[in-house]
Amino acid sequence: MTTLRSDAAAVPSIDLDPYAPEHLVDRTAFLTAVRETAPLVHLGAHDVFATGRFDVVREVLANWQQFQVGAGVGLANFHTEVPWRPPATPTEADPPAHDAPRRVLTDVLGARTLRRLRETWQAEADELVDRVLAGGGEVDAMADLASAFPLKVFPDAVGLPPDRRDDLLAYGDLVFNAFGPRNALFERSAARLGELSGWITSLCARENLDPAGFGAQIWAASDREDITAEQAPLVVRSLLSAGIDTTVHGIAWILHAFATHPEEWDRLRAAPELARRAFDEAVRWASPLQVVFHTTAEPVELAGVRLGKHRKIMLLLGAANHDPRRWEDPGRFTLDRDPSGHLGFGMGLHQCVGQHVARMEAEVLLTALARRVRRLEPAAPPRRGVNNTLQVWETLPLRLTK
Amino acid sequence: MTGALRVVARCQVADDVLAVTLADPHGDRLPPWTPGAHLDLLLPTGLVRQYSLCGDRWDGHHYRIAVLRVIDGRGGSAWIHDHLREGDVLPFGGPRNHFPMAPSTRYLFVAGGIGITPLLPMIDQAVRSERPWRLLYGGRRRTSMAFLDRLEALGGQVEVAAQDEVGVPDVAAWLGAPDPGATVYGCGPAGLLDATAAACAQWRPQALRTERFVAEVQDRAEDHPFTVVLRRSGTRLRIDPGTSVLDGLRDAGVAVLTSCRQGTCGTCEVAVLDGLPDHRDSVLDAVDREAGDSMMVCVSRARTDSLTLDL
Repeated sequence: MTTLRSDAAAVPSIDLDPYAPEHLVDRTAFLTAVRETAPLVHLGAHDVFATGRFDVVREVLANWQQFQVGAGVGLANFHTEVPWRPPATPTEADPPAHDAPRRVLTDVLGARTLRRLRETWQAEADELVDRVLAGGGEVDAMADLASAFPLKVFPDAVGLPPDRRDDLLAYGDLVFNAFGPRNALFERSAARLGELSGWITSLCARENLDPAGFGAQIWAASDREDITAEQAPLVVRSLLSAGIDTTVHGIAWILHAFATHPEEWDRLRAAPELARRAFDEAVRWASPLQVVFHTTAEPVELAGVRLGKHRKIMLLLGAANHDPRRWEDPGRFTLDRDPSGHLGFGMGLHQCVGQHVARMEAEVLLTALARRVRRLEPAAPPRRGVNNTLQVWETLPLRLTK
Repeated sequence: MTGALRVVARCQVADDVLAVTLADPHGDRLPPWTPGAHLDLLLPTGLVRQYSLCGDRWDGHHYRIAVLRVIDGRGGSAWIHDHLREGDVLPFGGPRNHFPMAPSTRYLFVAGGIGITPLLPMIDQAVRSERPWRLLYGGRRRTSMAFLDRLEALGGQVEVAAQDEVGVPDVAAWLGAPDPGATVYGCGPAGLLDATAAACAQWRPQALRTERFVAEVQDRAEDHPFTVVLRRSGTRLRIDPGTSVLDGLRDAGVAVLTSCRQGTCGTCEVAVLDGLPDHRDSVLDAVDREAGDSMMVCVSRARTDSLTLDL
């Protein structure tokens, strides 16, 4: 008979602090240490459990009944701490509260909507790439492509006014920093917290949203009483929190991947229909969203360990997406790979509801580039940015040759 | 076998009502669902039948349905009553939800007969959300009404109206005056739902949500072998029962991006150029299913002998 050992004493402890500046710039050492030490470890620095194993992360994500998000998907445990803003809906809601907002978002961002938008977005992407090439082709791809494109098409589709688009990125940076501890990064973001939060809240109000956009459709769902009028602005807010930075950095990573793997760029140019697979491979390879926390709803066994009620588990998506138990040669970015089943968008009940939107944004931009750009190469060393939750670039100087 | 469920228990829960518990044949976690959702079950007779999920969604490994034997039906329910055994494995589609539960301050549930099934998980949900609720449950006689004991154990909010005792229930009297904070969910025979709609005539239009028993219009569907034609390469693949289109494509070296492989996430949607898909996913809504111009290749199959895909 096996006796289950319980909680922190039962698993190896790791002293590394995932939020220390050196680990935020390059997380490899931390992710590898967690994943290769044991299926589940304890992080002394923050008194949370962590896992970087593909199968354990997947199990936690699939088991929404026992591993919940209502106590926050960041480090803070809402069972014992007051959240800095009203919890995200549906991101930080468990069933039953999760169901209705999720269904509304699924409908608003559904296949028919995307089919309707595809042509417009492709034309926007073509125009952007033509403009960049007309400017000589030396670009900061972070600003000129990876940010510029999503910041144009997605907020337009939501129905936001055209001004202050860069502040949407600043808000996202703040939100994803706030999923970590109250460290210097958070404090840096927090300087603008009040101002940006107030502005975002005003953007989510019905009267400030274009009647043709996703935001207005969410409000219309509240007219039908599919969600409440109190939920509507929070559901709109979830598009602005979760739908911008993640896509921007995902696109930055695929551009970086191609710039540093010219043979893969040649393959994409020869077969632009590979764009979809390429983007998912980049999401697997780089995991722009690195970390998600879930919390035990009750005492539960995970990887042979008995965990108490309301314990936080840090799910290291970046580690799971490089788990050699699941992926062959995981560190390699290659279009040969079928990246299906990666955890970069999560999995299960809370899997990214905007994943098809993100894929389409990346697909049309890559298609526009593949049709026009023969060579895509680094023009200068890129500079990594730091964020408590995201894997980000500060600058990405590229040279695009027709 | 892909997209199939194994019968793990069957139990008579009322006169002519059989509750069936289903699980993944390999013991895997089943796709999640929400109250009001139903399954498409594909019976060996070639019939497709829809059954509301009436179990506990906090049990991620089992589905539960309750099947009324319909005397003048086309034989789907009779087959389940007479022939379905523990251990049997049936292909399925879904779960899908055309009768979702929305947030409300108070809930009023009106059930007629087997129409109690989609409402059971809603009642669980109301209890869990700590929302006040009441149930009017009509039926021919108490012994024909499933889950009465369970419902009555929930407290005094349940009004049981057995016809042989009290006649046809007065829905209007039970509902009372329009309540701006309440939502009414009804499921049952047309007569009861018509009476409910009439009784709600003065309520706000969003207040009443119903699911009607509809005669199943979809004809034969089963896991028959079919051919998949890939338009761009001209490749033809044979898909046998027990193999998914996705597996067939992979074996032929055609990569399609997937994620959940349970028909719930929508990643593996492929455009259909010719032929009729047999939709088994949880993603596409009625309009998209009817259009038939795309399918989720991880679970969906063909209703025609051949499907041409945009691959």
